[in-house]
Amino acid sequence: MPEARMAWNGAAFDGLAQVRELPVQGMISLRGDLASAPVQNAATEVTGAAMPGPRGVEGAGDSAIAWMSPDELLILLPHGTVQDALARMDAVLAGEHALALDMSDARAVFEVEGPAAREVLAKLCPVDLDPAVFGPGEMRRTRAAQIAVAFWQSGPHAFRLICFRSVAGYLFDLLKGAAHPAARVGVFDPSA
Amino acid sequence: MLILDCPCCGRAADETELEGGGEAHLTRFGPGASDDDFERYLFLRGNPKGVHFERWRHAYGCGKWFLAARCTTTLEVFGTYAAQTTAPPPEIVAAIKARRPNWEAPV
Repeated sequence: MPEARMAWNGAAFDGLAQVRELPVQGMISLRGDLASAPVQNAATEVTGAAMPGPRGVEGAGDSAIAWMSPDELLILLPHGTVQDALARMDAVLAGEHALALDMSDARAVFEVEGPAAREVLAKLCPVDLDPAVFGPGEMRRTRAAQIAVAFWQSGPHAFRLICFRSVAGYLFDLLKGAAHPAARVGVFDPSA
Repeated sequence: MLILDCPCCGRAADETELEGGGEAHLTRFGPGASDDDFERYLFLRGNPKGVHFERWRHAYGCGKWFLAARCTTTLEVFGTYAAQTTAPPPEIVAAIKARRPNWEAPV
Protein backbone atom coordinates (compact mmCIF):
# COMPACT_ATOMS: atom_id res chain seq x y z
CA MET A 1 0.00 0.00 0.00
CA PRO A 2 1.37 3.43 -0.90
CA GLU A 3 1.58 5.88 1.95
CA ALA A 4 -1.68 7.75 2.56
CA ARG A 5 -1.38 11.38 1.56
CA MET A 6 -3.50 14.38 2.35
CA ALA A 7 -5.43 15.69 -0.64
CA TRP A 8 -4.16 19.28 -0.41
CA ASN A 9 -0.93 18.82 1.55
CA GLY A 10 -2.41 20.17 4.77
CA ALA A 11 -3.10 23.61 3.31
CA ALA A 12 -3.93 26.26 5.89
CA PHE A 13 -5.24 29.82 5.85
CA ASP A 14 -5.65 32.31 8.66
CA GLY A 15 -8.37 34.89 8.16
CA LEU A 16 -11.75 35.50 9.78
CA ALA A 17 -11.40 31.89 10.82
CA GLN A 18 -8.57 29.39 10.67
CA VAL A 19 -9.01 27.04 7.75
CA ARG A 20 -6.84 23.96 7.58
CA GLU A 21 -6.84 20.55 6.02
CA LEU A 22 -6.79 17.81 8.64
CA PRO A 23 -4.51 14.77 8.41
CA VAL A 24 -5.84 11.66 6.69
CA GLN A 25 -8.97 10.36 8.38
CA GLY A 26 -10.16 6.76 8.34
CA MET A 27 -13.68 6.46 6.96
CA ILE A 28 -15.94 3.47 6.53
CA SER A 29 -19.17 3.72 4.62
CA LEU A 30 -21.78 1.42 6.13
CA ARG A 31 -25.00 0.79 4.26
CA GLY A 32 -27.85 -1.36 5.42
CA ASP A 33 -31.03 -1.26 7.48
CA LEU A 34 -30.12 1.20 10.25
CA ALA A 35 -32.82 -0.25 12.49
CA SER A 36 -31.16 -3.67 12.52
CA ALA A 37 -29.13 -4.61 15.58
CA PRO A 38 -26.09 -6.04 13.72
CA VAL A 39 -25.73 -2.85 11.65
CA GLN A 40 -25.96 -0.68 14.76
CA ASN A 41 -23.58 -2.92 16.69
CA ALA A 42 -21.05 -2.94 13.87
CA ALA A 43 -20.94 0.85 13.96
CA THR A 44 -20.92 1.33 17.72
CA GLU A 45 -18.43 -1.43 18.51
CA VAL A 46 -15.58 -0.13 16.38
CA THR A 47 -16.03 3.55 17.29
CA GLY A 48 -17.16 3.37 20.91
CA ALA A 49 -19.66 6.08 19.97
CA ALA A 50 -23.41 5.88 20.44
CA MET A 51 -25.73 5.23 17.50
CA PRO A 52 -26.82 8.61 16.10
CA GLY A 53 -30.43 9.35 15.25
CA PRO A 54 -31.49 10.75 11.89
CA ARG A 55 -29.30 13.71 10.81
CA GLY A 56 -27.07 13.21 13.84
CA VAL A 57 -23.42 12.62 14.57
CA GLU A 58 -22.09 10.94 17.72
CA GLY A 59 -18.55 10.70 19.01
CA ALA A 60 -15.62 13.06 19.16
CA GLY A 61 -12.39 13.77 17.34
CA ASP A 62 -11.53 11.19 14.72
CA SER A 63 -13.80 8.45 16.12
CA ALA A 64 -17.45 9.10 15.36
CA ILE A 65 -20.58 7.83 13.64
CA ALA A 66 -22.45 10.14 11.31
CA TRP A 67 -25.93 9.56 9.90
CA MET A 68 -25.71 10.14 6.15
CA SER A 69 -29.08 8.97 4.83
CA PRO A 70 -31.88 6.61 5.90
CA ASP A 71 -29.70 3.63 4.93
CA GLU A 72 -26.15 4.91 5.30
CA LEU A 73 -23.73 5.68 8.11
CA LEU A 74 -20.28 7.19 7.86
CA ILE A 75 -17.89 5.77 10.41
CA LEU A 76 -14.87 7.89 11.30
CA LEU A 77 -11.84 6.14 12.74
CA PRO A 78 -8.11 6.82 13.08
CA HIS A 79 -6.64 6.10 9.65
CA GLY A 80 -4.45 3.16 10.68
CA THR A 81 -7.26 1.24 12.36
CA VAL A 82 -9.63 0.92 9.40
CA GLN A 83 -8.61 -2.53 8.15
CA ASP A 84 -8.85 -4.00 11.62
CA ALA A 85 -12.23 -2.34 12.18
CA LEU A 86 -13.53 -3.62 8.85
CA ALA A 87 -12.64 -7.19 9.80
CA ARG A 88 -14.49 -6.80 13.10
CA MET A 89 -17.49 -5.24 11.38
CA ASP A 90 -17.65 -8.00 8.78
CA ALA A 91 -17.82 -10.52 11.61
CA VAL A 92 -20.68 -8.63 13.28
CA LEU A 93 -22.47 -8.20 9.95
CA ALA A 94 -22.23 -11.86 8.93
CA GLY A 95 -25.48 -12.91 7.28
CA GLU A 96 -26.83 -9.35 7.30
CA HIS A 97 -27.77 -7.54 4.08
CA ALA A 98 -25.30 -4.72 4.61
CA LEU A 99 -22.08 -3.34 3.19
CA ALA A 100 -19.07 -1.87 4.96
CA LEU A 101 -16.40 -0.36 2.74
CA ASP A 102 -13.14 1.51 3.34
CA MET A 103 -13.68 4.99 1.90
CA SER A 104 -10.77 6.67 3.68
CA ASP A 105 -9.01 7.77 0.51
CA ALA A 106 -12.15 9.09 -1.15
CA ARG A 107 -12.44 12.26 0.84
CA ALA A 108 -10.57 15.21 2.31
CA VAL A 109 -11.32 16.74 5.70
CA PHE A 110 -11.08 20.43 6.54
CA GLU A 111 -11.57 22.27 9.79
CA VAL A 112 -12.81 25.83 10.06
CA GLU A 113 -12.23 27.30 13.48
CA GLY A 114 -12.84 30.68 15.03
CA PRO A 115 -15.71 32.89 16.16
CA ALA A 116 -16.56 33.60 12.51
CA ALA A 117 -16.58 29.93 11.46
CA ARG A 118 -20.38 29.91 11.22
CA GLU A 119 -20.32 32.92 8.99
CA VAL A 120 -17.72 31.35 6.70
CA LEU A 121 -19.94 28.29 6.18
CA ALA A 122 -23.12 30.34 5.89
CA LYS A 123 -21.63 32.20 2.92
CA LEU A 124 -21.13 28.96 1.02
CA CYS A 125 -23.93 26.58 2.03
CA PRO A 126 -27.75 26.88 1.77
CA VAL A 127 -28.07 26.04 5.47
CA ASP A 128 -29.49 27.99 8.40
CA LEU A 129 -26.41 28.26 10.60
CA ASP A 130 -28.03 30.25 13.39
CA PRO A 131 -26.62 28.76 16.64
CA ALA A 132 -30.20 28.18 17.83
CA VAL A 133 -30.88 26.04 14.75
CA PHE A 134 -27.61 24.29 13.96
CA GLY A 135 -25.59 23.03 16.89
CA PRO A 136 -23.34 20.19 18.02
CA GLY A 137 -24.51 16.69 17.17
CA GLU A 138 -25.95 17.69 13.79
CA MET A 139 -24.58 16.22 10.59
CA ARG A 140 -25.42 18.33 7.57
CA ARG A 141 -24.96 17.09 4.04
CA THR A 142 -25.31 19.92 1.61
CA ARG A 143 -23.36 21.81 -0.99
CA ALA A 144 -20.67 24.47 -0.81
CA ALA A 145 -20.94 26.55 -3.98
CA GLN A 146 -20.75 23.88 -6.69
CA ILE A 147 -19.66 20.78 -4.78
CA ALA A 148 -21.16 18.35 -2.30
CA VAL A 149 -19.90 18.67 1.27
CA ALA A 150 -20.97 17.49 4.69
CA PHE A 151 -20.12 19.20 7.94
CA TRP A 152 -20.66 18.98 11.66
CA GLN A 153 -19.70 21.08 14.64
CA SER A 154 -16.51 19.72 16.21
CA GLY A 155 -15.94 22.35 18.89
CA PRO A 156 -17.44 25.51 20.36
CA HIS A 157 -16.31 27.52 17.33
CA ALA A 158 -15.09 24.75 15.04
CA PHE A 159 -16.64 22.84 12.17
CA ARG A 160 -15.31 19.90 10.22
CA LEU A 161 -16.11 19.55 6.55
CA ILE A 162 -15.66 16.58 4.28
CA CYS A 163 -15.64 16.64 0.49
CA PHE A 164 -14.38 14.37 -2.25
CA ARG A 165 -10.61 14.65 -2.48
CA SER A 166 -10.70 15.50 -6.19
CA VAL A 167 -12.34 18.82 -5.24
CA ALA A 168 -10.32 19.49 -2.08
CA GLY A 169 -8.46 22.36 -3.74
CA TYR A 170 -11.72 23.94 -4.85
CA LEU A 171 -13.15 23.72 -1.33
CA PHE A 172 -9.99 25.15 0.21
CA ASP A 173 -10.11 28.10 -2.19
CA LEU A 174 -13.79 28.64 -1.38
CA LEU A 175 -13.13 28.61 2.36
CA LYS A 176 -10.15 30.90 1.91
CA GLY A 177 -12.30 33.41 0.04
CA ALA A 178 -15.15 33.22 2.55
CA ALA A 179 -12.68 33.65 5.43
CA HIS A 180 -10.87 36.59 3.86
CA PRO A 181 -10.25 39.27 6.52
CA ALA A 182 -11.92 41.92 4.36
CA ALA A 183 -15.08 39.82 3.95
CA ARG A 184 -16.56 40.04 7.45
CA VAL A 185 -20.35 40.26 7.65
CA GLY A 186 -20.72 39.69 11.40
CA VAL A 187 -24.22 38.27 11.10
CA PHE A 188 -23.78 35.67 13.85
CA ASP A 189 -21.49 37.90 15.89
CA PRO A 190 -23.10 41.36 16.24
CA SER A 191 -20.39 42.53 18.64
CA ALA A 192 -17.71 42.13 15.96
CA MET B 1 -36.54 30.35 -3.95
CA LEU B 2 -38.10 26.95 -3.48
CA ILE B 3 -37.57 25.13 -0.18
CA LEU B 4 -38.86 21.57 0.11
CA ASP B 5 -38.90 19.42 3.24
CA CYS B 6 -37.26 16.15 2.32
CA PRO B 7 -39.49 13.39 3.78
CA CYS B 8 -36.56 10.94 3.72
CA CYS B 9 -34.08 12.82 5.92
CA GLY B 10 -36.30 15.54 7.36
CA ARG B 11 -34.17 18.47 6.22
CA ALA B 12 -35.61 21.65 4.77
CA ALA B 13 -33.74 21.53 1.49
CA ASP B 14 -33.04 24.55 -0.61
CA GLU B 15 -33.75 24.27 -4.33
CA THR B 16 -30.02 24.29 -5.04
CA GLU B 17 -29.62 21.13 -2.94
CA LEU B 18 -32.23 19.35 -5.04
CA GLU B 19 -32.48 17.89 -8.50
CA GLY B 20 -35.78 17.98 -10.36
CA GLY B 21 -37.12 14.76 -11.84
CA GLY B 22 -40.14 16.01 -13.78
CA GLU B 23 -43.78 15.09 -13.41
CA ALA B 24 -44.78 12.53 -10.80
CA HIS B 25 -47.32 9.70 -10.90
CA LEU B 26 -46.71 8.75 -14.54
CA THR B 27 -48.27 5.51 -15.61
CA ARG B 28 -45.59 3.43 -17.19
CA PHE B 29 -46.12 1.77 -20.56
CA GLY B 30 -43.56 -0.62 -21.92
CA PRO B 31 -43.32 -3.50 -24.38
CA GLY B 32 -46.69 -4.51 -25.74
CA ALA B 33 -48.31 -1.12 -25.13
CA SER B 34 -49.95 0.81 -27.93
CA ASP B 35 -47.92 3.48 -29.67
CA ASP B 36 -50.25 6.16 -28.30
CA ASP B 37 -49.81 4.99 -24.70
CA PHE B 38 -46.09 4.70 -25.09
CA GLU B 39 -45.81 8.16 -26.63
CA ARG B 40 -47.92 9.64 -23.85
CA TYR B 41 -45.79 7.96 -21.18
CA LEU B 42 -42.49 8.87 -22.77
CA PHE B 43 -43.05 12.38 -24.13
CA LEU B 44 -46.32 14.04 -23.17
CA ARG B 45 -46.56 15.96 -19.91
CA GLY B 46 -49.36 17.93 -18.32
CA ASN B 47 -47.29 21.06 -17.68
CA PRO B 48 -50.19 22.64 -15.75
CA LYS B 49 -50.43 26.23 -14.64
CA GLY B 50 -51.22 25.72 -10.96
CA VAL B 51 -51.10 22.57 -8.86
CA HIS B 52 -48.38 20.19 -9.99
CA PHE B 53 -46.99 16.92 -8.65
CA GLU B 54 -43.27 16.53 -9.13
CA ARG B 55 -40.38 14.18 -8.50
CA TRP B 56 -37.37 15.59 -6.71
CA ARG B 57 -34.12 14.12 -5.54
CA HIS B 58 -32.25 15.41 -2.49
CA ALA B 59 -29.10 15.19 -4.55
CA TYR B 60 -26.71 17.08 -2.27
CA GLY B 61 -28.28 15.72 0.92
CA CYS B 62 -29.48 12.21 1.65
CA GLY B 63 -29.61 11.35 -2.05
CA LYS B 64 -33.18 10.00 -1.95
CA TRP B 65 -36.09 10.60 -4.30
CA PHE B 66 -39.35 12.04 -3.01
CA LEU B 67 -42.48 13.65 -4.43
CA ALA B 68 -43.76 17.17 -3.93
CA ALA B 69 -47.04 18.96 -4.61
CA ARG B 70 -46.64 22.63 -5.41
CA CYS B 71 -48.17 25.45 -7.41
CA THR B 72 -46.27 26.37 -10.55
CA THR B 73 -47.53 29.95 -10.54
CA THR B 74 -47.06 30.95 -6.90
CA LEU B 75 -44.39 28.38 -5.89
CA GLU B 76 -46.57 27.54 -2.89
CA VAL B 77 -45.65 24.09 -1.58
CA PHE B 78 -48.59 21.95 -0.43
CA GLY B 79 -46.47 19.12 0.87
CA THR B 80 -43.86 16.46 0.17
CA TYR B 81 -44.31 12.71 0.43
CA ALA B 82 -42.67 9.37 -0.23
CA ALA B 83 -41.70 8.45 -3.76
CA GLN B 84 -43.21 4.99 -3.23
CA THR B 85 -46.77 6.19 -3.89
CA THR B 86 -48.74 5.93 -7.11
CA ALA B 87 -51.24 8.71 -6.32
CA PRO B 88 -51.20 11.80 -4.09
CA PRO B 89 -51.97 10.71 -0.49
CA PRO B 90 -55.18 12.03 1.15
CA GLU B 91 -53.40 14.54 3.41
CA ILE B 92 -51.71 16.16 0.41
CA VAL B 93 -55.02 16.31 -1.48
CA ALA B 94 -56.64 17.87 1.62
CA ALA B 95 -53.85 20.44 1.91
CA ILE B 96 -54.33 21.41 -1.74
CA LYS B 97 -58.13 21.60 -1.40
CA ALA B 98 -57.75 23.84 1.64
CA ARG B 99 -55.87 26.36 -0.50
CA ARG B 100 -57.45 25.71 -3.93
CA PRO B 101 -61.12 24.77 -3.27
CA ASN B 102 -61.90 24.41 -6.99
CA TRP B 103 -59.02 22.10 -7.73
CA GLU B 104 -59.82 18.54 -8.70
CA ALA B 105 -57.33 15.69 -8.46
CA PRO B 106 -56.31 14.46 -11.93
CA VAL B 107 -57.77 11.07 -12.74
